Amino acid sequence: MREPAWLPWVRRVVLSLLAVFTLAPIYVMITSALKPLRDVQGPFRWWPSTFTVRPFVDIWHTVPLGRYFVNSVIVSGAATICSVTVAIFAAYAVSRYRFPGRRLFSVAVLSTQMFPGILFLLPLFLIFVNVGNLTGLELYGSRTGLVITYLTFSLPFSIWMLVGYFDGIPRGLDESAQVDGAGPVRTLFRVILPTALPGVIAVAVYAFMTAWGEVLFASVMTDDTSRTLPIGLQGYSTEHDVYWNQVMAASLVVSVPVVAGFLALQRHFVSGLTAGAVK
Amino acid sequence: MTLRRLGLVAVVAALLAPTLVACGGGSGSSSDNTLTYWASNQGTSLDHDRQVLQPQLDKFTKQTGIKVKLEVIGWPDLLNRILAAAASGKGPDVLNIGNTWSPSLQATGALLPFDDATLATVGGKSRFLPGSMAATGAPGKPPTAVPLYSLAYGLYYNKKLFAAAGITEPPKTWAELVDVGKKLTRSGQWGLVVEGGNPTENAHHAFTFGQQYGADAFDASGKPRFDSPGMVAGVKRYVGFMANDKIVNPSAAEYAKNESLADFASGKAAMLLWQAADTSLQSHGMSPDDYAVAPVPFEQPTPPGGKKVNSMVAGINLAVFANTKHKDAALSFVKFMTSDEEQLALNKTYRSMPTVESAYSDPAFQTPQVKVFRETLATSAAPLPAVPEEAQFETLVGAVVKDLFADAASGKPITDDAIKSKLTAANQQVHAGG
Amino acid sequence: MAQLTTTATSGVRGPRRPDTPARAGRPRSRRRTLTPYLMLLPALLLELLVHLVPMLGGVWMSLLGLTQFFIRNWTAAPFVGLRNYRLVVNVNNAAGADLLHSFAVTLAFTVASVGLAWLLGVTAAVLTQNRFRGRGLLRTLFLTPYALPTYAAVITWSFLLQRDAGMVNHVLVDQLGLAQDRPFWLIGNNSFVALLVVSVWRTWPFAFLCLTAGLQNVPQELYEAAAMDGGGFWRQLRHITLPMLRPVNQVLVLVLFLWTFNDFNTPFVLFGRAAPRAADLISIHIYQSSFVTWNFGLGSAMSVLLLLFLLVVTAVYLAAPSYWARSRRRSDA
Repeated sequence: MREPAWLPWVRRVVLSLLAVFTLAPIYVMITSALKPLRDVQGPFRWWPSTFTVRPFVDIWHTVPLGRYFVNSVIVSGAATICSVTVAIFAAYAVSRYRFPGRRLFSVAVLSTQMFPGILFLLPLFLIFVNVGNLTGLELYGSRTGLVITYLTFSLPFSIWMLVGYFDGIPRGLDESAQVDGAGPVRTLFRVILPTALPGVIAVAVYAFMTAWGEVLFASVMTDDTSRTLPIGLQGYSTEHDVYWNQVMAASLVVSVPVVAGFLALQRHFVSGLTAGAVK
Repeated sequence: MTLRRLGLVAVVAALLAPTLVACGGGSGSSSDNTLTYWASNQGTSLDHDRQVLQPQLDKFTKQTGIKVKLEVIGWPDLLNRILAAAASGKGPDVLNIGNTWSPSLQATGALLPFDDATLATVGGKSRFLPGSMAATGAPGKPPTAVPLYSLAYGLYYNKKLFAAAGITEPPKTWAELVDVGKKLTRSGQWGLVVEGGNPTENAHHAFTFGQQYGADAFDASGKPRFDSPGMVAGVKRYVGFMANDKIVNPSAAEYAKNESLADFASGKAAMLLWQAADTSLQSHGMSPDDYAVAPVPFEQPTPPGGKKVNSMVAGINLAVFANTKHKDAALSFVKFMTSDEEQLALNKTYRSMPTVESAYSDPAFQTPQVKVFRETLATSAAPLPAVPEEAQFETLVGAVVKDLFADAASGKPITDDAIKSKLTAANQQVHAGG
Repeated sequence: MAQLTTTATSGVRGPRRPDTPARAGRPRSRRRTLTPYLMLLPALLLELLVHLVPMLGGVWMSLLGLTQFFIRNWTAAPFVGLRNYRLVVNVNNAAGADLLHSFAVTLAFTVASVGLAWLLGVTAAVLTQNRFRGRGLLRTLFLTPYALPTYAAVITWSFLLQRDAGMVNHVLVDQLGLAQDRPFWLIGNNSFVALLVVSVWRTWPFAFLCLTAGLQNVPQELYEAAAMDGGGFWRQLRHITLPMLRPVNQVLVLVLFLWTFNDFNTPFVLFGRAAPRAADLISIHIYQSSFVTWNFGLGSAMSVLLLLFLLVVTAVYLAAPSYWARSRRRSDA
């Protein structure tokens, strides 16, 4: 696009303001995590009076953060892998086949996005409990239950994005693979997936982030052994005190892996969206 | 071809492996001889609680051979977790509950009733303080729990600030408190601090102040009466400390994370209405010599129908989950936790009060401060209404008072009408729930 | 989201006709026609287990007097028919009036939040469309809030928004001197503004991301042609950029609307269990009615109403453009 002369100035001003707006909380999160407790209880200060890494040491004792970390990694990782796998098959079916019920499926799956979580929290919980009672498969209080829940949270959006992506892959590729005698599953894995890798990565990142940050269901469906990080973070406000510096340090520790992962894969995320969603 | 298909299966299996790990890693049911115990957060952190409790649990295991799996649960989570346990029938064997929840939880039937026979196994009803026993469920029904830690509200005051202002005696009436508070309010310092953004604290005070003005939150038939004139007057007195008397920092209207304690400890506020604040005050660096505790003041002259109540019966109860498969072991654990020895050890650490009469002979519980709390519990503390809708009282009225503090902080006048209309709306919400 | 339904049904998408795969699939054997269903099966089962069946359970609960007395054995809860609904839609009593108020707050909040998020997103996307030094870094920075876990981000905001110790008042009052008295952000009427700011902060990067992606699909030749015709910046924006973004916008706005409307985490972490009246979002309101006061029947009734509202909004939103297009085509013809 050709730019008028004033545009660079507008750009500088507007983007700077947006950058400040975006950065301010992140800046406070980082600096407060390096402050001694008295700095975060008194009037606000931009800079720690003395730098300390104590909050980063203390967070692991105040709350069993390490265990929650492991739980979150397992739950989010498993939910992501399952969600992506399930979404790939579903998206392939929707993209490559015309069959009765196809439209119904698309609409039904997507409409689940509008369900208020609060509506099905208790029923889902009771279903998990009953499944546990009937089959002995512990879903309530276990990581498995969370994995199943989270993977369906990201499923609709994932399927939608992958359908868009698969639609953009020329059918000629499928057909030549099929001429060579490949079945649909092989075609999917050998031909479609390698081409659709950015889309798959985008979906995986999305699924992981969804699972990593969820609070409501985790607060009811986990116990001490299966507790995830977002719930663990609440442990820094106790009956007696809020350790704001520890809250910030823990928030940072919780955020860093997912932010780093997201930013590293950001390019794929954008191109996945470009090819998939935005057509 | 088959080899390739095999490869495909292997890939899928590899992808799904973490799920299987997740499946296997879930919390299995504990083995037969192990109790699960949910402890509430009493110490300065969840970890502190574990450090305090674990040695005691080990002692119990040594004595009885029964293992105890401890889980410390923060207050924001505890009620939801109990609810989930009640709904699923899968819960701990023994658990701590806030004593104000007793009637509500009793109504669910999820907790084992302590009928006389059951009580006898843990030493009998007479072992416990009658005041604390009053907050273990609806009257006329077997208690749903036994008291574990007792607490009462006291007036914490900063001795240094009092001396500097030439005040020799802690106030005994609200008029005196306002008077003293005004003398102590100057730049950067306030007479009193409240936890205005915390619905639970607000509800406790609404209850106490209401009682002093002759108001009961529920009438004899269990119908809510949140908007009675006495309740309006009581709430007005409490919110009025900020709105009219100006002895409370308006900022306190948003305090909901125990900022009050920090304000009091740092001398930004000279008085504080609180229960068992020692551990926190000292962790904020306040010396025990700098403050003292007096009974919470009364309204003078006593309003018509007013009761001599200056605290709720606060505390933590110990309950047994009705679905437990280890009832006897659970009860012997209850007995252990309420034994003299454990009561002394735990309450000393948590700075709460023993719930059994016999523990008070220990010198640690003969201090002036403990005497104030004990006297309050024995003579002028009343349990929160023992009706199943009590939780709604705390939620709804607590939120109303929070709203009123917000209004007061922004300079809006707090009139009787404003208070009454909000309380009436809260009252109707309970009806809706019925 | 809308995109899937529309692309799945409309026949006009680029050079590849959607009936090609149908033709490819048709001559196959009967076993083959089962393949798509088999592939959908896992997704279908999971959605049934986690979404659809519990939702029906929720609808059933809304017809029960499911209070704390029946938590333990909820099948014994009495069937009360539509009583819960009558209670919550009766605006003359407190429960109904509060729900209506909460609904109004939520709607205003959602419209404002989605509008602002979109506006910031499109502004930033257009301004970063052309290459300049530091663009990659800036994009990365802008996306960070989207990647932060909700809890961590919102708890940080609650720290910033404290009256005495918060950064926001420090800047506004102490450093810029914009106000005499330190305003409250977490209680009272300002809480609406606070909630809005936090929500926009969290969602605008997603708008930015989608719109940036959308802009990459706009052929450069269009701009070149427009420039040759002497079209200025605003003309290009109005006649090329925004029309080309329309399909993105359709999806984006709907997704943002649903996410924001149903958002529970942001108000919950920011305000705790008792949200100020000015920021009493419906998800919190329902949480209060069911989990805090333990009346799950009443809470479910509210949720079902909320769901119906969202269904209607979504259906109208998706149907309107095609209806509009059809009627225009008819009048053109």
